[in-house]
Amino acid sequence: METYYDPQDLPKFEEITEDASELGKKFFDYYSAVFAEGDLTEREKALIALAAAHTIQCPYCIDAYTQACLEKGSNLGEMTEAIHVAVAIRGGASLVHGVQMRKIAKKLSM
Amino acid sequence: MCAEPLMQNTLKVLEKKALSVESFRLSLSRHGLELTRGHTNTLQINVGLLCNQACRHCHLEAGPNRKEVMDAKTVDEVIAFAKRGHFQVIDITGGAPELNPNLADMIERLSPLAPRIMLRSNLTALTDGKRDSLVDVCRKHRTVIVASFPSLNTTQAEAQRGKGIFHKSILTLKRLNSIGYGHDGSDLELDLVSNPAGAFLPASQVQEEKRFRRDLQRKWGITFNHIHTFANVPLGRFRQWLRHSGNLEKYLQNLASHFNPCAIEGLMCRTLISVSWDGYLYDCDFNLAKGLYMGGRKTHISEMDGPPKPGTPIAVSDHCYACTAGSGFT
Repeated sequence: METYYDPQDLPKFEEITEDASELGKKFFDYYSAVFAEGDLTEREKALIALAAAHTIQCPYCIDAYTQACLEKGSNLGEMTEAIHVAVAIRGGASLVHGVQMRKIAKKLSM
Repeated sequence: MCAEPLMQNTLKVLEKKALSVESFRLSLSRHGLELTRGHTNTLQINVGLLCNQACRHCHLEAGPNRKEVMDAKTVDEVIAFAKRGHFQVIDITGGAPELNPNLADMIERLSPLAPRIMLRSNLTALTDGKRDSLVDVCRKHRTVIVASFPSLNTTQAEAQRGKGIFHKSILTLKRLNSIGYGHDGSDLELDLVSNPAGAFLPASQVQEEKRFRRDLQRKWGITFNHIHTFANVPLGRFRQWLRHSGNLEKYLQNLASHFNPCAIEGLMCRTLISVSWDGYLYDCDFNLAKGLYMGGRKTHISEMDGPPKPGTPIAVSDHCYACTAGSGFT
């Protein structure tokens, strides 16, 4: 069955530079620098990327960073906890808007 | 030929056709490289395929039901060869080498013949209560213990090596520490080996050494000297798992896409020869698993005057990609 998301398309990501090479190069140079070892390890950065990938629900990113997390030495427990961090922030961001709802409701109510 | 081998052969041919990975030999030639021996300074001895575990990544399909064990006559021939060969390193492996009844005697006799004797251990056979004096023999001869410890995570470790293995491994590491192994400045060296628990490449050795050192110390008070991270080699039981889980092609492509021409120079097969439990020679333990004899010719250890000469060609196949992925397998 045809789908918009085909795993075989992921390695074609670099082709995005073909028609805008200067911008593409800048992006990939920046991308490589972001994921290189810094004050955070490559393993920690891959876990953050995995959590972010679930927040933006990008199948390419989930595929790539699941593999990357395993290759950097993370385990399923750590990866699941990282996703829960993203879920908590995402859920919390919805819930915290309840203060707006409560403020407006209080203003309108007797 | 009966139907089953014929079917297996057909499946292998179809599999080869279906796998879109450039042959290792072609990759070498495309990069203008040849794989030949340097100065051979290491003798690896595979004392048998018998093992108390049946790990899912084992390229040799070692296990409790294997009957292949090096006998006393072959041990004598190996020791005679070690005398002729003037090796720097003698590396004893298996299966679980601890299950070979001649192991303690071998260590006693090999120790005067090379400055560094290594014993590869799965950490469960060494302290199973059936060979208590073996640890003392290792300690007496300053035998380096190279221990399989794939992951700090119980689930990952046991998915690869079997249920209950993790706790036993921790107990053995503690015991080795208690008799002096693995401490800074000690001449009792304890190294760990970590292979991925699945169809993915290993983590950076430098990063894993930091993490394992910190976590083993923090959680269990365990210390060690070095860690080696190795890719799983797509042979034997691991290849079967790759095939059945639908990961074979992607894994082979991943290994091939990480081919590092700079890794060729330092590959272990350039400086090591491997002798199997029955005394035949191979360029490495993976070629032994594949049945690829040293330099492509079946040679018994008793026929050799000394190590093969520098420049001798090394037998290669597509599993060699596992040793050239990234920084290589040394």
